[in-house]
Amino acid sequence: MATKALADRKVKPPKKKSKKIGLTIFFSVISVIYVLPVFFVALNSFKKNTFVKTDTFSFPTEESYAGLDNFTTGMTFGGYPFWQSVVYSLVITLLSTFLIIFFTSMAAWYISRVNSVFCKVVYFACVFSMVIPFQMVQFTLSRTADTLKLNTPWTIPVIYLGFGAGLAVFMFTGFVKSIPLEIEEAAAIDGCGPLRTYFKVVLPMLKPTIVSVAILEIMWVWNDYLLPYLVLDKTKYRTIPIHIQYLKGSYGTVDLGATMALIFLSIVPVIVFYLTCQKHIIKGVAAGAVKG
Amino acid sequence: MEKTKKKKKKSHSSAAVNSKLLRRPIKRFCWIFILPMVAAFCVGFVWPFCHGMFLSFCKFTTTSKWEWIGFKNFERAFNDSQFMYSFGYTAIWTIVSVILINVIAFAVAYALTQNIKGTNIFRTVFFMPNLIGGIVLGYIWSMIFDGILGAYGTSILMDTKFGFWGLIILMLWQQVGYMMIIYVAGLQAVPEDMIEAAKIDGASSWQTLTRITIPNVMPSITICTFLSLTNGFKLFDQNLALTGGQPFTIDKATGGSMHTTEMIALNIYNTFTESGKYAKGTAQAKAVLFFILVAAIGLIQLRATRKKEVQQ
Repeated sequence: MATKALADRKVKPPKKKSKKIGLTIFFSVISVIYVLPVFFVALNSFKKNTFVKTDTFSFPTEESYAGLDNFTTGMTFGGYPFWQSVVYSLVITLLSTFLIIFFTSMAAWYISRVNSVFCKVVYFACVFSMVIPFQMVQFTLSRTADTLKLNTPWTIPVIYLGFGAGLAVFMFTGFVKSIPLEIEEAAAIDGCGPLRTYFKVVLPMLKPTIVSVAILEIMWVWNDYLLPYLVLDKTKYRTIPIHIQYLKGSYGTVDLGATMALIFLSIVPVIVFYLTCQKHIIKGVAAGAVKG
Repeated sequence: MEKTKKKKKKSHSSAAVNSKLLRRPIKRFCWIFILPMVAAFCVGFVWPFCHGMFLSFCKFTTTSKWEWIGFKNFERAFNDSQFMYSFGYTAIWTIVSVILINVIAFAVAYALTQNIKGTNIFRTVFFMPNLIGGIVLGYIWSMIFDGILGAYGTSILMDTKFGFWGLIILMLWQQVGYMMIIYVAGLQAVPEDMIEAAKIDGASSWQTLTRITIPNVMPSITICTFLSLTNGFKLFDQNLALTGGQPFTIDKATGGSMHTTEMIALNIYNTFTESGKYAKGTAQAKAVLFFILVAAIGLIQLRATRKKEVQQ
């Protein structure tokens, strides 16, 4: 028995090792397949329109190579300058994320510290709003936004603050509850008013949650299509998703080459952003989910 | 659970003791701390929600011109064969996608927590598609599917099956990475001594997985199934961009056109843009039904899986 157990021990480790190497190879292959769609977009953005459909997966040949034509035509494609939609997308995303973080973190602190009936009602309404599908409010929200003149890139962040408050308030409240009261009491005894206590003492402690909330909101707002599509004045303001949908959706003949060029241009900054702060992004998502 | 509740109560009572110190001064600043957020919340959610609820009982074309008609909109919604078809289609699609996404994501997460080489790179790669928006995703994949199917003289818009499985593949590509991250976090929190104890007691690796690991990651499973379930039902962008409801067939019963890959959210959206007198009211009623459905599914599912969670 003893020798058999010993023999087992001797045999098992190499077996496991080969299994692990097998897994590494397997996942390497899958990873390559995983990146392929993005690679094909890049490939096709250099092809002439007619070849995108027929030779999707081959490298551009002399005949099908379009140089940078797709990118230059794409810039003004669909009668709308592409850089403008990039600017609008940036403005909306940054402003909305800032507003959401600034106001919901304050509200969350207020909710958990004051803890009155009003606070509880607000908190439950926020949790409730997290499960509401957007179709429920799509018609009335776009009308409300119109009448209140919230239909420009500079004012639509208010809508995002309202509609996206649920998750943010929920996550911040969860974290604020874990902060020991003594710290704030000490600050109060030392003569800090609520504003100073909040900005000097509480806000710095919220940093990890701020990062996770910011990442979740950026991912949501940057990629959101329906809300800005219904709220914004589309003749003047188009975000990147709206612009791309216009190109593919509503014109008879679609210049696929130019569309691919624009899709490529809109993916590259996202991937660069992801690769530079992927650690925070992955941590943020995990943290957001555990609390959700 | 009980213990934490008691603890929470204690901290509340200590907060009450110090109310003079913290509560009252904070309350005086409510105009900056909570009112802006509540105001935006009312504009962006509470008012549109209540208004939408009300309008689902009305005949209306604009928000100012309405006429109370009771439950007629709901009757119309239930008699709409396209709506019922979309509901069934969405349900089947969601069930298939929830199972596939979670099984694959869990398997990948399990493999990636076995200390294999390159884990970080794989994690980075698998999560990447999440940062690409639904509309863009839809067009990327419609290019790829058309490239493949074009060789056989067909297209993703020609066959309902292509649309169904195409959307499944698209969502797997997007969501597996996200769910995997959550599962990895759950798997890393499983106490190692528990697994070691099981091994010493002679449990096979399959037994350790099903008896120790899975019960311990039940919270992650709850979250992931909840997210993929509600995501599936609410799916809009990808559906619109990939097939937009095509192929269209003719419904033999009514003679109208049937959008065979149109999911419930897209159906509601399309009903809003129809021109009939009752279209908007019907669409709003559909939206209310949709909201009740999503909320109910979420609640039932949370209850069902929460029961199976291990209390630590």
